[in-house]
Amino acid sequence: LTLCWFFYLAIGHHIPIYTQCLILVISNKESAAQQKGLLIFGVVLSVLLQETFRFAYYKLLKKANEGLLTLSQEETMPISIRQLAYVSGLGFGFMSGAFSVVNILADSAGPGTVGIHGDSQHYFLSSAFMTMAIILLHMFWGVVFFDACEKQRWWAVGAVVISHLLVSCLTFQNPEYVASLVPTYVILFLMGVWAFYSAGGSLKNLKLCLTCKDKDLLLANHRPR
Amino acid sequence: MNASDSDEDIYNERSALVRSESPALPSYIPDSDLTPPNGTPTKRLKVSFRSESLQCFVPTRPAALTPSEEEELTLKYGAKHVIMLFIPVTLCMVVVVATIKSVSFYTEKTDQQLIYTPFTENTSSVGRRLLNSVLNTIIMISVIVVMTIFLVVLYKYRCYKFIHGWLILSSLMLLFWFSFMYLGEVFKTYNLAMDYPTVGVIIWNFGAVGMICIHWKGPLQLQQAYLILISALMALVFIKYLPEWSAWVILGAISVYDLVAVLSPKGPLRMLVETAQERNEPIFPALIYSCECVHCSRSAPINNGSAACLMFVIVSSDQKRHKLRNKTLACFVFWTDGLCLTLLLLAIFKKALPALPISITFGLVFYFSTDFLVQPFMDNLAAHQFYI
Repeated sequence: LTLCWFFYLAIGHHIPIYTQCLILVISNKESAAQQKGLLIFGVVLSVLLQETFRFAYYKLLKKANEGLLTLSQEETMPISIRQLAYVSGLGFGFMSGAFSVVNILADSAGPGTVGIHGDSQHYFLSSAFMTMAIILLHMFWGVVFFDACEKQRWWAVGAVVISHLLVSCLTFQNPEYVASLVPTYVILFLMGVWAFYSAGGSLKNLKLCLTCKDKDLLLANHRPR
Repeated sequence: MNASDSDEDIYNERSALVRSESPALPSYIPDSDLTPPNGTPTKRLKVSFRSESLQCFVPTRPAALTPSEEEELTLKYGAKHVIMLFIPVTLCMVVVVATIKSVSFYTEKTDQQLIYTPFTENTSSVGRRLLNSVLNTIIMISVIVVMTIFLVVLYKYRCYKFIHGWLILSSLMLLFWFSFMYLGEVFKTYNLAMDYPTVGVIIWNFGAVGMICIHWKGPLQLQQAYLILISALMALVFIKYLPEWSAWVILGAISVYDLVAVLSPKGPLRMLVETAQERNEPIFPALIYSCECVHCSRSAPINNGSAACLMFVIVSSDQKRHKLRNKTLACFVFWTDGLCLTLLLLAIFKKALPALPISITFGLVFYFSTDFLVQPFMDNLAAHQFYI
């Protein structure tokens, strides 16, 4: 089921990337000196666009829930908004990660030497870690975002947007990987905990789950909202 | 190699479709096509890949379901089919890309071209090249149109034996000759010494099992595997012998033709489907790839072309050649978009729909836009290791 939804939802994410590339290419005929500034502007814009689309997605999915019930293979159980949040976040993350890393992966197969011009030796490694962080973060952001929208907690929505911006801005510090990767992972961990709690998890649940004592836990997520 | 020594060349992609043998149906015998299966709708879901170089989604009308139930089932199984389509096409793409990357034969420039695209693209001026590619496209499309109409006429006048013979011949050629070529090139690439008797045994087994699977009975997954391999082989041949610009223009033209052929009342595909529905027969078996779905209680054949796979694969491997990864990904993703969008439209309109145009349009548009727009931006980001 998740796979099915994942397909539907993963497609949506590149729309923001494309729109913002469109915007950027218009403004991108500047000189090299302004390049970096323009790039930073582009990144910020892109982040904002992504979050806007996430919100739009949320609205769309809420509206279409009735129709989605038909499309899903369950006759009686509608897909819960939490599952939608998860899949949507995963889709976003997957697309974002894929677009970020696919070129790097392609080049990594080819002939070349890492850092031959004096750049960092750890380019590929750090890219890999960063991509993983981004994908997981998108997933957590998705869960928290949808939950916050459901409960009309706009401060939480704002927090998600700000943390996305923060993570992107942290990457401006590359190649000082300590400065960028470590805070990113701290944010990742915090977001993960937040997402866990907003999805209905708790320490008690976790313990029961890990010791395989509570079979109701598995059904808990299927409760329709 | 001139891969066009017969009409079967175009038809190969059509014959590249296999029919899964479902236990409850009698095995395909040419004459049994004339007897409808007792007028009852088949109790099993078939996802049929139409062997045309076109695709359309067709929900059939079952015997005794209310309209809303019917609609629900269509949606449900439509959704499943999208996913089920997705996997073979992905596999096909993987096979072709892997081949292109490793076996250089398929990307070597050659002056030989298919007989369907006689105009060369080796000219010096851009205008001339464009003209040639358009002319090539016209020829190719008219061949396809003629073939389709011919097929429909044959089907209408129940010349099943002829169709059957045609299909057997073309699948024979695909399974034996093309795979022999492919194997030869793979051996050359990896510098493996091989003797003729061994190759003969391998090819014989591969081809014979393929023929049996396609035209008679066979395990479902084996048939699907053959479909994927055969589509990949066809794609590779096209990649080698179809000039670049012609390929793009042909893609666009095919999607337009698909639109016309399926939607217009006199369109050949529509007529074919309607005739089959009238006669309550499964559409000609060797043309169809069907994959069984166990939990279904209603037959809703969704016809889809293997050349969809083929064309898409050409596109993606075309630019794989140029080693630009983002484009492949974008193309692939937008093809999926197109598929999902078509599904939604199917749900809305509930009649035969061409699935190809949307996917192809999406693929084309975003392929080129990625090239111009996304690529520079992404490269810049990657160079600085900025993440968005």
